[in-house]
Amino acid sequence: MTTAALPARRPGFRAAARIFLEHRLAVGGAVLLLLFVAFCFLGPLVYHTEQVATNLAGADLPPGPGHPLGTDDVGYDELGRLMAGGRTSLEIGVAAALLATVFGTLWGAIAGYVGGFADAVMMRIVDTFLAIPTLFFLLILAAIFTPTVSLLIVVVSFGAWLSPARLVRGETLSLRTREYVQAVRMMGGGGRRAVLRHVLPNAVGTIVVNATFQVADAILLVASLSYLGLGIAPPHADWGNMLAGGADAVQNGYWWLILPPGFAIMLVVVAFNLLGDALRDALEVRLRRR
Amino acid sequence: MTGFLVRRAMQALVVVVLVAVLTFVLLQLLPGGPARAILGPKATALQIRTYLHDNGYDRPLPARFLAWAGRVLHGDLGYSYKLNQPVTEVIAEHLPKTILLMALSTAVALLVALPLGVYQARNRGRAGDHLATGVSFAFYAMPSFFLGEVLVLVFAVQLQWLPPVAPNGDSIGEILAQAPSLVLPVLTLALVTVASFSRYARSSVMENLSQDYVRTALAGGASGRQVLTRHVLRNSLVPIVTLLGLSLPSLFAGALITESVFNYPGMGFTFIQGAQVHDYPLLLGIGLVVAVATVAGSLLADLGYAVLDPRVKY
Repeated sequence: MTTAALPARRPGFRAAARIFLEHRLAVGGAVLLLLFVAFCFLGPLVYHTEQVATNLAGADLPPGPGHPLGTDDVGYDELGRLMAGGRTSLEIGVAAALLATVFGTLWGAIAGYVGGFADAVMMRIVDTFLAIPTLFFLLILAAIFTPTVSLLIVVVSFGAWLSPARLVRGETLSLRTREYVQAVRMMGGGGRRAVLRHVLPNAVGTIVVNATFQVADAILLVASLSYLGLGIAPPHADWGNMLAGGADAVQNGYWWLILPPGFAIMLVVVAFNLLGDALRDALEVRLRRR
Repeated sequence: MTGFLVRRAMQALVVVVLVAVLTFVLLQLLPGGPARAILGPKATALQIRTYLHDNGYDRPLPARFLAWAGRVLHGDLGYSYKLNQPVTEVIAEHLPKTILLMALSTAVALLVALPLGVYQARNRGRAGDHLATGVSFAFYAMPSFFLGEVLVLVFAVQLQWLPPVAPNGDSIGEILAQAPSLVLPVLTLALVTVASFSRYARSSVMENLSQDYVRTALAGGASGRQVLTRHVLRNSLVPIVTLLGLSLPSLFAGALITESVFNYPGMGFTFIQGAQVHDYPLLLGIGLVVAVATVAGSLLADLGYAVLDPRVKY
């Protein structure tokens, strides 16, 4: 960025920040997220628990002294597991959303900018993936390849790159006809320069807002995969696989094994959605409310 | 109109062909190759070679694709060696049960979501509207497996009003006969859907309430109730048809999770069991059927929209 561009950007940024802060729900969402990040990443530094070796003698204990949230069916401390599981869920969710957004953005920008036959082919590919219910597709992939954390990130982003691709293509279609993009081309700037320096920066609001919603969706998807036994495998914890043994816990009325991870997923998903809503208003993105 | 229909149908066809190609590619990617996937891990090298030759796997890729597609078109989706049954047969057995679950819960979701949406639209910005928005947002953010388990915890374990597991039976009749066991699975799938349906109904009704014809009807002396049922509701219902078509993928996914929470003997539960034992022919077969159903659903929704609303011109 050139120094001349800075003063022009500042007021816009400040206005966006003000609109964001005026949104009480958004601030609530952001605070909630910060609390979760602190809980999952700093919590284990303060609250030490054994999360690898099982302790069957101390299994299924109700909440009480020593175990604020009780223990699960193999004796892991539930509160400590909630921290460890949250770390996995947040890491995978954010990483998958980032990967999907970068890939989808490039795909959509290229399709929209090049146009013609390439655009038609690229968008039919997107349509095809959209036609397949994501969960079924991801489960097939998870069954073929044994899931690890990094593989799950790739697998989840496989289902998530479609909506940024469509959105960015739409934005690119309208942006590429603008005078300043035409001017770049006229002055001899190549297609790559036009897309990377002029089209994408102007679509950044749309991209960021969509990425925020993607994180929420990715966390839900990973939790579903783990719940179904095809995601993270124990002893590695994740909010989804904490609920996987839930059926037995429910029959016995062990509520402390069901409610904490479930509400954790719910609150994080709500927080990312509130954040996305507020960012959309702040960045003045015209995106349909989902 | 005819031009649009033909174009739209062609588009759907292209997507179906691409889905088939994708399924075929996945079949080639399977660990150990297609023969290993179909004959199972205990097959000998000779058996595998014979299988590969007999089924033409030593031929070039495009020829193999055409042969495979030909078999699929004749209803042969392969053989599930885990269940010892043709995949087509497995699907024919379980798909109706999944459709029953989806239909019942969609009906329940519509019965709740439409009145709720109308109520919210008429009371826009008041406490009731905010409360309904908040509650449906909570259900939207709630993973369906968590919702299912909470429902079991409350209604089956604590209150003991309803059985905690889904009905079990071979035929639709047997399943319907165990109505109390159906309540919790249907409710789980319905509640997740209500969230998106009611939000849609709310904005659709709101949009129609602000139309000129509403003012005209009211000025002409029609009662508020008449205007609502005769004019607004009818016009608001049209986009719901599209919504139904478009929600098929999430409905299938929701059914899959609900079925595995309650052990409901539908296609989703079968799919999950297949995934856990790496029954690839079954997985790919079900995947293909679900994808084609989804494409057909969105095509039908578009057509239904054009038929219901004579103003729609493409």
